[in-house]
Amino acid sequence: MLGRTAGGLFWMFRYLERAENTARLIETGWRIALTRSEGAETEWESVVNTAGLRDAFLSKHDSFDSQAVINFLLRDRDTPSSVLAALGAARSNARMVRTALSSEVWEATNECWMAIKDALARPVTTRTLPEILAAIRYRTAVVRGALHGTMLRNDIFAFARLGTFIERADNTARILDVKYYVLLPSAAFVGSSMDNTQWETILRSVSAERAFRWLHAGESSPLAIADFLILDQRMPRSLAFCCTEIRDNLAMLEREYGERSPCMDLADHLCNTFMSRNIDEIFEDGLHEFLSDTLTAAARLAGQIEQDFRFNG
Amino acid sequence: MTDSKPHFDEMFISEGAPRAPYEPYHNWFAGEDIKHLRRKSAEAEAFFRRIGITFNVYGQEDADERLIPFDIVPRVISAREWSRLERGIEQRVRAINAFLHDIYHRQEILRAGRVPKELIAGNEAFLPEMIGVSPPGGVYTHIVGVDLVRTGPDEFYVLEDNARTPSGVSYMLENRETMLQMFPELFTNMKVRPVSNYPRALRRSLSASAPTCANGKPEVAVLTPGIHNSAYFEHAFLADQMGAELVESTDLRIADGRVTMRTTRGYKPVDVLYRRVDDEYLDPLTFNPESLLGVPGIMDVYRAGGITIANAPGTGIADDKALYSYMPDIVEFYTGERAILQNVPTWRCSEPDSLKYVLDNLADLVVKEVHGSGGYGMLVGPAASKRELAAFTRKLRARPANYIAQPTLALSTVPILTQKGLAPRHVDLRPFVLVSPNKIDITPGGLTRVALKKGSLVVNSSQGGGTKDTWVLGD
Repeated sequence: MLGRTAGGLFWMFRYLERAENTARLIETGWRIALTRSEGAETEWESVVNTAGLRDAFLSKHDSFDSQAVINFLLRDRDTPSSVLAALGAARSNARMVRTALSSEVWEATNECWMAIKDALARPVTTRTLPEILAAIRYRTAVVRGALHGTMLRNDIFAFARLGTFIERADNTARILDVKYYVLLPSAAFVGSSMDNTQWETILRSVSAERAFRWLHAGESSPLAIADFLILDQRMPRSLAFCCTEIRDNLAMLEREYGERSPCMDLADHLCNTFMSRNIDEIFEDGLHEFLSDTLTAAARLAGQIEQDFRFNG
Repeated sequence: MTDSKPHFDEMFISEGAPRAPYEPYHNWFAGEDIKHLRRKSAEAEAFFRRIGITFNVYGQEDADERLIPFDIVPRVISAREWSRLERGIEQRVRAINAFLHDIYHRQEILRAGRVPKELIAGNEAFLPEMIGVSPPGGVYTHIVGVDLVRTGPDEFYVLEDNARTPSGVSYMLENRETMLQMFPELFTNMKVRPVSNYPRALRRSLSASAPTCANGKPEVAVLTPGIHNSAYFEHAFLADQMGAELVESTDLRIADGRVTMRTTRGYKPVDVLYRRVDDEYLDPLTFNPESLLGVPGIMDVYRAGGITIANAPGTGIADDKALYSYMPDIVEFYTGERAILQNVPTWRCSEPDSLKYVLDNLADLVVKEVHGSGGYGMLVGPAASKRELAAFTRKLRARPANYIAQPTLALSTVPILTQKGLAPRHVDLRPFVLVSPNKIDITPGGLTRVALKKGSLVVNSSQGGGTKDTWVLGD
């Protein structure tokens, strides 16, 4: 496969994942704004921070007004993380690697882009928001379904999955990092409604509130939430799950290509940081430090993958 | 450009009386409901948009990708009509390849005085870098898309030879696919020869022209300028259908005397490059030092026989519109036969008598730039305003050798589906020809382009033309 094609697949799926994550963040913010009138602006600010777009947002807006945030995150053409820009970039990459995709995956991606672009042609109001978020969730799910149902499990698939999980790990780590203070035992007023809402926000931003409730019989604690999102191998958005997927897909490339690349050592190393510790130890060593280190390591791994497989020459 | 001259309609002899090849279609159509067909037509458009068969219009960078409109009424060609066309095309393509070889080697045709020397020597499309170079297998034009127009039951004219990098074959294939899906019953009633073999035939044909250094299964790659090119869809489509890599020039570099492509596992040699970029963007070292595109050194590899470039660099000379007027002589010179397909009478404005005639009759003629393509930079006399005619007169006087002129032909029509039912529109036809060292393979069918505006004679997609499926009937 061409190195450029591998890079195109990687980025196509990173951008699809990013569009989904941004939509999920908006959904979370929206939910809080509906249930609480006060503090909504702080919550929207936190949403923008989690998306990593604070500076970009403030260069265009003065306050974290819900309409402004929603439209910025959905429709801003200048920021690569807005849903519209991310889906546009995903589709552009898909066009570039079209020969590597099944027609089902290409068509699902193209239709996703056409449908969401149409839906986002005009500013989004609170009346149209739920419908649009549902459309984004549905359309990106169709692409993923097509990928799983129609693609060969070869190097093409591996690069697509690597992009997905690098982006997802980055996203989960950032959600936790922006909110880590509400998970710290020192700051917790256990059982207060304030914290319950905050914890729920974290779970919602990774679509895990129901799974968590189910596993923990309705009891939540900061430690349990952090454990779930960082170390739980059953949870498809946890850091441990993402790292395992990254390692497994790299191992598949190793088998397929019959040679081991430096990025595989980095991935093994990253996986070990999750396997060798429990959540108490992570809290003891410092949650924020742990998350920062993970973000740095994931970015370094992405760079090494790019280099090892000659995405850019 | 519009035309009210009487013209030949390919479907109807007279109102309600179809020509023989169209009879089964006509009977089927009579039983159909127009509204239902209009719906089908909208479905086809949605289908094209979904699979992304779009093109970008040059000079409209911000514009969305556009669809080439598709008309659901097929254009039907009988077995007898086709076999004559086939012979004519094969003869012409053979002559063009012989001409290209000659013009880059001994130049017998110039010595014999059948084509004037000045036409070659001072021509931008003639590449001195190709002198004395013999392409692998001796093939210059691996893919040709001859543009034909029809004026009567047996009168076909070649409008252009398109020996450089003809496009449109993906539309031929997708149009058929769409028709098969929408109207399967028609294909059980009529014996339509399939076109779906084209990608396999293309791969085989390109592989057969591989250089001797290729071993076993030659590595074929399609070279595209990238996703912003107007024909990108087709480049990706053909690479996909052939199972070939789709490369951009940044994927390629020269190593150990071979052209190689950057893969996830290192650099791998390419044997045959089906390039969809112009000559001048092939190699900045040879052609265009300003260009950031291209593969530095690829021409050296080519000259040393290390890669097949399809079509060969320098084939553009055969597309030159001034040279076009000599095509009947060229066919005769190399094949010893009279040309089966007619040439449109052409005035070369470089000749003073012709220039005078052209200037005197500008309002009745079509004037084209000798190097132009895509319908850009041409004057359509009957449709031009007085001001446009005056402006073109000045251009002609300033650079007469840059232009040729042709009469406006009474192009044949085929009906399209409109709100009110069938209505005749002018068409042309581009069959696709594959040339390998031992075979010329013409796909039965081609791209029919249709001027959707009533009376219009301009079929180019960039100027509002559409396409139709082309059915060549079996015996």
